[in-house]
Amino acid sequence: MQQRAHDVAASVTDPEMPMLTLEDLGVLRGVEVTDEKVTVTITPTYSGCPAMATMRDDLVHRLQDDGFGDVEVRVSLSPAWSTDWITPRGRRALTDHGLSAPGPAPSHAGPVPLSLLPRRRALTCPRCGSAEVELTSEFGPTACKALYRCAACLEPFEHVKEI
Amino acid sequence: MVEQVDHESVYDGLLGGDDSQWAFGTDFEDPLAGVDTTLPEGVDGHDLATYCLMLADDALVMSHRLSQWCSKAPDLEEDIALANVALDLLGQTRLLLARAAAADPSVVPALPEGSPVPPEDALAFFRGDREFLNVRLVEAENGDFGRTMARLLVFATWRLALFERLASSRDRVLSAVAVKGVKEMTYHRDYAARWFLTLAQGTDESRRRVVDGLTAIWSLHHELFVTTDVEQSVADAGVGVAPHQVADEVDVLLEQVFSLSGVERPTVSPLAGVRGRTGRHGLHTEALSKLLAEMQVVARAHPTGTW
Repeated sequence: MQQRAHDVAASVTDPEMPMLTLEDLGVLRGVEVTDEKVTVTITPTYSGCPAMATMRDDLVHRLQDDGFGDVEVRVSLSPAWSTDWITPRGRRALTDHGLSAPGPAPSHAGPVPLSLLPRRRALTCPRCGSAEVELTSEFGPTACKALYRCAACLEPFEHVKEI
Repeated sequence: MVEQVDHESVYDGLLGGDDSQWAFGTDFEDPLAGVDTTLPEGVDGHDLATYCLMLADDALVMSHRLSQWCSKAPDLEEDIALANVALDLLGQTRLLLARAAAADPSVVPALPEGSPVPPEDALAFFRGDREFLNVRLVEAENGDFGRTMARLLVFATWRLALFERLASSRDRVLSAVAVKGVKEMTYHRDYAARWFLTLAQGTDESRRRVVDGLTAIWSLHHELFVTTDVEQSVADAGVGVAPHQVADEVDVLLEQVFSLSGVERPTVSPLAGVRGRTGRHGLHTEALSKLLAEMQVVARAHPTGTW
């Protein structure tokens, strides 16, 4: 039961990036089965991520479709979600679908240093592989993405930004 | 009987069997579902709730101002950026309002019986301007893009410094919100700082605008570092941060941006309060009343509506 509930929950995909499962995204933090009741724990990616509601609904529906009548989705705010939690399989799936996967999340002891120059990332274009890319904006179509442009193939692409 | 739901349509299943509910918003489940909201030992529930309202109202009002740029920013990238920043702040707002309601349910406005409005929405949409505890910096009109960037720079630098300290709050909800907020607001602060520098070092016109913008908001800058009794009380209890403690750090960071930009720190007197009472005490400028009138009108007209 435990394994089956976990497998079902782990197969639910992110509504914004459907090539990623919630497990690959690192949002799925736990699946517990006690007395026929399934408790799923998830951690929000961004404080205001509007996809959280859909993730919850999808988890409940998929588990109910699989015969689990009583499903509760709980939120775990701590530790905070980090892009470091995206699995290697998730990173491959992002690249396979034309998205640039995040590098290591920034870490610092003490105050967050101010950065007045655009953040430098060693990226390659997910379409043509060129390293000649330029940042268009740190803010993209969803909270988790930055916008880039490839100087070689001239295509724009999205980068899942490190947090 | 389990209702059959067609998963092909995103709207099915949201209806809950009642197709008179035609409008859908974001999920109204408790954003703190499953989170331990027990008060830490020795913490006054009302003080903690009031402090959460202060932090929430700063974010909510700032978020609303930034969202007013939607479709009006100088270019598409800035339009998206400002909406993203607004969204992050709105997410913080929701968690903080829910935390306030859990810490002291008596702060939540009473609504007609049968109203499905959750506590965080009741706090956002059914309090009057005198009950909002935000600093006055966030309620001022946006002005042009230069002024908006000047304000966002000051606001994000200040709030990031507060949240870095709030991360070690004894209140686990506040601590979690702060840790998350630091990651997000690092992007906000750096974004505003880069634009400030770019505008100041750009054309005569862009420089004039960002300098004018900074001067225009500077009378509201001092208020950020005044510690009220409630803030001191929660700071003493180890759950909050007394804002005067971040004054030096914010000052140094802003000076970095100003000196690189070749901009003099404005010399403008602080905007007076009424007998020492300012935004944190519920005394605001006219701008907040107008903002709330627009933001709250639909919710107030339909207190029992389902969205």
